[in-house]
Amino acid sequence: MMQIRCPVCGPRSEGEFHFGGPSHLQRPPLTCDDETWGAYMFFRDNPKGDHAERWRHTFGCGRWFNIVRNTETHQVKAIYAITDPRPEATL
Amino acid sequence: MRTRYSAWNLLAAAARRGNWAPAWRDAEPKRRYDVVIIGGGGHGLSTAYYLARNHGVRNVAIVEAGWIGGGNTGRNTTIIRSNYLYPESARLYEHSMRLYEGLSRELNFNIMFSQRGIVTIAHTRHDLDAQSRWANAMRCNGIDADLLDVDQLRELVPRLNFGGDARFPIHGGFIQRRAGPARHDAVAWGYARGASALGVDIIQSCPVTGFIMDAGRVTGVKTPRGDIRAEKVAMAVSGHSTVLARMAGFRLPITSYALQAMVSEPVKPVLDTVVLSPAVGAYWSQSDKGEVVIGGALDLFPSYAQRGSYGVTQQVLAATLEMFPSFSRLRMLRQWAGIVDVVQDSSPIIGPAPVPGLYINCGWGTGGFKAIPVGGWTLAHLLATGRNHELAEPFQLERFKTGRLIDEAAAAGIAH
Repeated sequence: MMQIRCPVCGPRSEGEFHFGGPSHLQRPPLTCDDETWGAYMFFRDNPKGDHAERWRHTFGCGRWFNIVRNTETHQVKAIYAITDPRPEATL
Repeated sequence: MRTRYSAWNLLAAAARRGNWAPAWRDAEPKRRYDVVIIGGGGHGLSTAYYLARNHGVRNVAIVEAGWIGGGNTGRNTTIIRSNYLYPESARLYEHSMRLYEGLSRELNFNIMFSQRGIVTIAHTRHDLDAQSRWANAMRCNGIDADLLDVDQLRELVPRLNFGGDARFPIHGGFIQRRAGPARHDAVAWGYARGASALGVDIIQSCPVTGFIMDAGRVTGVKTPRGDIRAEKVAMAVSGHSTVLARMAGFRLPITSYALQAMVSEPVKPVLDTVVLSPAVGAYWSQSDKGEVVIGGALDLFPSYAQRGSYGVTQQVLAATLEMFPSFSRLRMLRQWAGIVDVVQDSSPIIGPAPVPGLYINCGWGTGGFKAIPVGGWTLAHLLATGRNHELAEPFQLERFKTGRLIDEAAAAGIAH
């Protein structure tokens, strides 16, 4: 069971949050070909290791934010605002 | 010395006090094979078996990072069923079910497939309508399904919560009578024994650390026990598919999640079908040992940790007590998780990889055990003939470009 530090509410238990998919996906222009669109829609890095992802404090303040979390250990490495780029140190 | 299992040989062995031959050879890797299969789970083992048995391709190695059947094959709830909605899925999973029905005899290894039926419960009017459609679609596809009213359900599963104050009232359901659990280790060991007898090398404790590439083509695998070259390389590694794909330089439409399950202490017979409640997101059966086997939903965030979150454990157990109030004094014995390869449309990918020389079997998500025979059958066909098996034709990577998805998650509403 993870404890996640909501940027607004502080540390709360995993059950209050929802995972909202990987962060920093860039939508290609709508004029792109089917392969590019399919890659954007469905293909994922899905790393075994550090993963930048969006979470929402659904059963709390409702705020969306980004975290970098290790998918093998579940350790949270960084928490940053939803519009910020991934911190250099976690790349 | 190889032993055929039979009542006569059992008696004979008792007379000479045991010493059965090992069921399969634990092989040392050779330098070169016709086919190397990465992953010694059910799908990898059945691929090797059918390559040798159906196609005569026997110069085959299985390389397994841990021990055979130690991943998702040994971490699921062993339910075999073919209750899907779309014709493509129905054909695929029904072929698997038929292979399972004959598998104990085929392998001369008792896989303990017990066709005790799977009951899906309807809690609302909407559930009843949706399940009529679902069961009728199955019958149109030639697969057995029967709608059940409350009285029939009460007779089949008397311990369900039929009380007037139940939070999830029971209005009916449907049953696929040919469905049921099998013994997971026996499936892995049976295929391993069959494949090994036909000449396949089973190499355990041999993780693949990279691919050998020649002019953009995969021509072998790198392992701590040396390079192994092959004409063709196949991978059947479920939750680790994207990790291997990255080594080979391509991506897959897969996200890895932990799926947990748990068992109670063994008790006397209390439940002789498999019961599924889509509303509470959990399902139950009782193993031959007497343990109540409980499965539930995914931990809904990407994970490679083979353990489930306590939050989901709690939800699944709460659902269990809601549906079976008399289970409230059961003590839980074990809880575990496997890493499953979930695809957007909840359908598998069986076909050539974007890199020549490499072939993939993945994307079964939370329902790979039931598909072990057909996963191996179709992948072996592709490896041996160079053409997709007709059952696997709709399940290509291409569909994520063309948009021709087979969305069983949305259609049948099956968590799988």
